Amino acid sequence: MNKARRNPVNIAAAHGILILYTLIALFPVFVILINSFKTRKAIFRDPLALPDAESFSLIGYQTVLKQGDFFLYFQNSMIVTVASLFFVLLFGAMAAFALAEYRFKGNTLMGLYLALGIMIPIRIGTVAILEMMVSSGLVNTLTALILVYTAQGLPLAVFILSEFMRQVSDDLKNAGRIDGLSEYTIFFRLVLPLVKPAMATVAVFNMIPIWNDLWFPLILAPAEETKTLTLGSQVFIGQFVTDWNAVLSALSMAILPVMILYVIFSRQLIRGITSGAVK
Amino acid sequence: MRTSRIKWHIVVFLAPAMLVYTAVMIFPLFNTLRLALYTEVEQSRVFVGLDNFRTLFGDPQWSGAFWNALWNNCWFFIIHMLVQNPIGILLAAILSHPKLRFAALYRSAIFIPTILSFVIIGFAWKLILSPIWGIAPGMLDAVGLKFLFAPWLGKEEYALTTLALVSVWQFVGIPMMLIYAALLTIPEEVLEAGEIDGITGASAFWKIKLPLILPSIGIISILTFVGNFNAFDLIYTAQGALAGPNFSTDILGTFMYRTFFGFQLQLGDPHMGSAIATAMFGIILIGVCIYLFGIQTRLRRYQF
Repeated sequence: MNKARRNPVNIAAAHGILILYTLIALFPVFVILINSFKTRKAIFRDPLALPDAESFSLIGYQTVLKQGDFFLYFQNSMIVTVASLFFVLLFGAMAAFALAEYRFKGNTLMGLYLALGIMIPIRIGTVAILEMMVSSGLVNTLTALILVYTAQGLPLAVFILSEFMRQVSDDLKNAGRIDGLSEYTIFFRLVLPLVKPAMATVAVFNMIPIWNDLWFPLILAPAEETKTLTLGSQVFIGQFVTDWNAVLSALSMAILPVMILYVIFSRQLIRGITSGAVK
Repeated sequence: MRTSRIKWHIVVFLAPAMLVYTAVMIFPLFNTLRLALYTEVEQSRVFVGLDNFRTLFGDPQWSGAFWNALWNNCWFFIIHMLVQNPIGILLAAILSHPKLRFAALYRSAIFIPTILSFVIIGFAWKLILSPIWGIAPGMLDAVGLKFLFAPWLGKEEYALTTLALVSVWQFVGIPMMLIYAALLTIPEEVLEAGEIDGITGASAFWKIKLPLILPSIGIISILTFVGNFNAFDLIYTAQGALAGPNFSTDILGTFMYRTFFGFQLQLGDPHMGSAIATAMFGIILIGVCIYLFGIQTRLRRYQF
């Protein structure tokens, strides 16, 4: 250990920079949250003050709950996210297993074909996706969104999961084969439980972009009954631009579910990123 | 045990992923490229070759908007490279300090903006920067800099840079995390060997750590590039589909959306929309190729 790395001034400066940046990162969220609990007057008089007995008000939340169908939006977002994650993980793990486990003609080629989708964003194909959804009658259904997000998530999922599946011991699988297990049983019973941590990483990586996406809900499912929470809050806020209480409350309500997910999964997410799963 | 007949289990394992991926991603992608070669005449589709591109790049009505969007998109990317990635690297370098306390806490807090949706970010910053509410001017006033305040999102000359900085604020967590991960993999012995040669502190960062994390910086650059040239949501939530004021924040994503769906008096045109999508595809492809063949192969990777 050298002097520079023990120097208390350096440590203090490090904390100084980090605290400053943490404040910059959290400030907007903080301002939105505290002001959503204030009366209109207090919002404008002193935007940085915490709500107190005099300025406390829930009028914004009342407007939001009366006017917007946030529970429906929330439910739609939930269905889309959970179903997409399920299919990404199931189909992704199956394909990853096939690519990692068996040697067959075209194995490498298929790997490369799937890898295409890691770098090329699916949004480029939007015009034809919409056309396809229109002609198959899937416009304004949650199925359309689930299909798109499944396709979008698969390439990276297969890539990450096949890396992990290569590390599963061959002896274990061969022991299973000698015991007469079918390839399907080997996959579902032996291999899948062993790659659970990698599956969790893939799930967390996919969850946030799907939940937060605005582009596809806006284009494929803008109907009232299929709006996701992200699109729903966008439209709601657009309509209530001048009602600051309602806008701030809607923003706070949109922040809440993501924050809850983040608190639950942040350790998994950070471990996933730092373990080099995306290298 | 290898037999020559088809191994059905391989087909069963691969089929669902391949089907969904091909049908919903690859096929529409190429179909969009194909649609760019058509136009609609009297309700039927007519093949016109490269005419749409001639219009897009040459017709004064279109080309002005296209080059404007492309240049704005480049500026958006430049700001990210110059601001987001250096800040991310700085924060990661500080966080990776072995004796730093509360590192996990800082890391999680700084990552929070990244998980919030563009809708929240766009509106939150719009409100904060709004001259009506007065948070931004009020705070500048408190430090005696009120004269610096301008309605940044409403001025043509500042709006795009402001939005790029908001996007930087949102995504700084990603380079921070990836660089942090790369810095953690540098073995202690390498740093100690440097110390024995008298290389410590900042010079250890520049001379030892930075060369070792160059591959990660390369990955971050290409992720930023693809993300920026496919951006849409933030501009749309903050400035609407018209990317105001006076198209000064128009980027390729919003330009494609407007062209495809139409706005105000202009009708939507899926074929011109496809042409713009094709241009975006080309730009992203060029960027990815430069990275894969020009940069990645030249970066030396070290195995410990």
